[in-house]
Amino acid sequence: MSTTAERAAAQRRFTLGKKALDEVDDRFGSSKWLVSVLDKIFPDHWSFMVGEIAMDSLIILIFTGIYLALFYVPSQKDVVYAGAPGHVYAPLVGQHVSEAYASVLNITFNVKFGLIMRQAHHWAALIFLAAIFFHMGRIFFTGAFRKPREINWIIGLLLWQIASLEGFTGYSLPDDLLSGTGLRVIYSIIESIPFNIGTWLAYLLWGGRYPGTVFFERMFVIHEFIFPLLIVGLLTAHLMILWRQKHTDFPGPDKTETNIKGTRFFPTFVLKSGGLMMLVGAVTFFLGGFVQINPIWLYGPYTPYTVSAGAQPDWYLAWLDGDLRLFPHWEFRSFGVEIPNPFFPGLLIPAIIFAIMFAWPAIDRRIYKDYGSHNLLDRPRDKPFRTALGVAAIVFFSDLTLGTGADIIANDTHIPWERLVEILQIGLIVGPVVGFAIAYRACKSLQRTDAHPIQRPLGGIIYRTADGAYHTLGEDHGDGHAGAVEHAGGNGHGDHPRASEDARRTEGTVPAKPQD
Amino acid sequence: MSTTRDWTEPGQVGHGPAETGGEGQRRVPAGRNPRHFGIDPGEPWPDDVPVDQDDGHWRYQDDPKGARRAERKIGACFILTLLASMGLAAVYVDGANTQLAGVCWGLAFLGLGVGFILWARDLMPGHQVTASRGHHSVSPEEERVAVAESLSRGTDAMARRPFILKTLGAVGGVFGIATLFPLASLGPRPKDNLAYTSWRKGIRAVTLDGEPVRPDDMPPNSIITVLPEGHMDDALAPTLLINVGSAPFRVVPANQGWNIPMDGGGGIVAFSKICTHAGCPAGLYNQQTFQLMCPCHESTFDILLDAKPVFGPAPRSLPQLPITVDGDGYIVAQSDYQQPVGPGYWARG
Repeated sequence: MSTTAERAAAQRRFTLGKKALDEVDDRFGSSKWLVSVLDKIFPDHWSFMVGEIAMDSLIILIFTGIYLALFYVPSQKDVVYAGAPGHVYAPLVGQHVSEAYASVLNITFNVKFGLIMRQAHHWAALIFLAAIFFHMGRIFFTGAFRKPREINWIIGLLLWQIASLEGFTGYSLPDDLLSGTGLRVIYSIIESIPFNIGTWLAYLLWGGRYPGTVFFERMFVIHEFIFPLLIVGLLTAHLMILWRQKHTDFPGPDKTETNIKGTRFFPTFVLKSGGLMMLVGAVTFFLGGFVQINPIWLYGPYTPYTVSAGAQPDWYLAWLDGDLRLFPHWEFRSFGVEIPNPFFPGLLIPAIIFAIMFAWPAIDRRIYKDYGSHNLLDRPRDKPFRTALGVAAIVFFSDLTLGTGADIIANDTHIPWERLVEILQIGLIVGPVVGFAIAYRACKSLQRTDAHPIQRPLGGIIYRTADGAYHTLGEDHGDGHAGAVEHAGGNGHGDHPRASEDARRTEGTVPAKPQD
Repeated sequence: MSTTRDWTEPGQVGHGPAETGGEGQRRVPAGRNPRHFGIDPGEPWPDDVPVDQDDGHWRYQDDPKGARRAERKIGACFILTLLASMGLAAVYVDGANTQLAGVCWGLAFLGLGVGFILWARDLMPGHQVTASRGHHSVSPEEERVAVAESLSRGTDAMARRPFILKTLGAVGGVFGIATLFPLASLGPRPKDNLAYTSWRKGIRAVTLDGEPVRPDDMPPNSIITVLPEGHMDDALAPTLLINVGSAPFRVVPANQGWNIPMDGGGGIVAFSKICTHAGCPAGLYNQQTFQLMCPCHESTFDILLDAKPVFGPAPRSLPQLPITVDGDGYIVAQSDYQQPVGPGYWARG
């Protein structure tokens, strides 16, 4: 198709590019590595984009955050709000507010584009955490955390936890009434740590009794330096490990443990991925421009003696707050000491949940007696126990999240909130069990039919062949791909013949790679 | 450039011998650089990487009209970004309206995003390329041995001197703790000052505006938040004055004379506003049921039962502040709270 002129131009570009690359290679000897970078293959599946969305929103958070930090004043000093000439929020004029709160009002009403930056920053934080949750679910349900990727699972969990705290410190900085009550609750949770550690820790962080006078300066350092440093550092490690280990992929025709099928990094993946980043930016800034979030001027400044009805954290911490609401009124008092109530739902239960999550790759290994390395993912249905457990966890977290909104839901539905809280308390125990059972049955049914979960009904489909024989659809197509049934005893590597062959190979009965 | 390979072991990788055609050899087309498929030159071409891939193929390769259409679409997307960026500048200059800024900013990103993605989809090569995962996943045994040797060269030398290791361990512990000392400057020792508020005998209860309160200022069923006069910023001191009127108020024997009786009922009682659960102000009062609710976690206290928790996670009653009327007719404290207010802590006991 190409003309002579085009070919000549291509040749010139090649020579020019090569000359530049030669200069690079003279200095770094980097050609072999650069080939592997530019040729790197990323498998295609929509669910693989979600982690990218998290990264993209982090980039937006960094840029909008730097902008906001230039105007924010981390000070609890009492000032009287007067507004600046031109833009004054009249209902607050003359009120005593902290300097921090006044500076956020200044960003909102007086800094041009300040409000959209604030709102885009907040929306990006919500998207960041949503993408992290979704990404974590994808990794869990497809078994992508298995060897050799356990370390990245752990780094990912740390990223989720630090990102949650980063979000909390971020929405606490404006020193408005809503977030102030949240800070008071956190102080109480820290205070509840036994052996006086809690009181010491709270006094060190706040410089004394709540609310103190220095905490906002410290929280600002935590929010704009310590946590971002940790997040960026851990994310860098996360991505370097991903890059080194290469992406997982779903099983499919011609896919094996030793090959990888997808889109090359340059140019196609770079453009697709960059395009996704721009789309995340588009959504964030549309939301930032049009959908109000955290209108602190309506909440008013914080005081220790005021509170608003319907006080709630941002959604990604709602499970923690719901835990505080749904936990019974127990506390331990004896021998002249006390373990206060918030310790159990605020620290002990999350610690147990986190411990299980951190240990999950090790637990999973033992459950399925599968110690091999995997690059091909599990279909969730082929690991019914793991999938059902994941569903139970989602039900558990959702119930806690609803617990946070119990007062608002009660107000909207006219169910007395006491009854609603009791229903959610029962749901916290019963819900995960029911969720587990339903998910387990669904997995087993899907295994039998090999149907796509949302494209075909559950249950078997029977068809008759021309010579009168009956077959169940999906039982055996002779391609060794369909009809995945978990082996008796749950030996777990073997969901379809190729997978078990791969597992054997990684365990060494079959050579792992060509032996030259 | 072409590489041939001898590949006869069955079942080594996905395809198996059937697809290698039985002749046990796969011809790699001339001019194909195995590096682009994750394969080192000279290494045999793996069975699970097809040799005949057209990895330069792009969507409209054989459809010049389609390619031109795609080119125009992508160009239009970038022009949208161009216009939106100019719009953003105009919005900034003219009032910086937040919604208009959102439109311009969003459209600018949208144009770039859609443009990039269409460009990748329609005009870029390299979709669905299959390559080898290569040797990066694990190292050959001899390299593993080599690294273990390198490590033991040092650790053997260290292990020969256990005394040094022990002292170093001790140094690590003590020096580690020593470096933590600067952190102690962050805050004072807790001591027991969580147990006290600024309320003292004779201190007037004042409203948030600093006005002292007379019993007459409080009609039956009213509730106000008061602070100790002169200590308005004590975050543990906020107290609720509630006039329960003629309603029967259960007076705990130890709390005799802590309220200001009225109309044959409990009259005015004072309770800490700081929830005993997690320290939020328990500020929602139901005048019909005499119940006080904390909106943070729905702890509910029955004022007539000495502010006993009747629902929610709060484990203890709100402490009662002993109050009386001073010589000028204003409500004053008889003393500080008789027990620590607010949420629990270890030493509270």
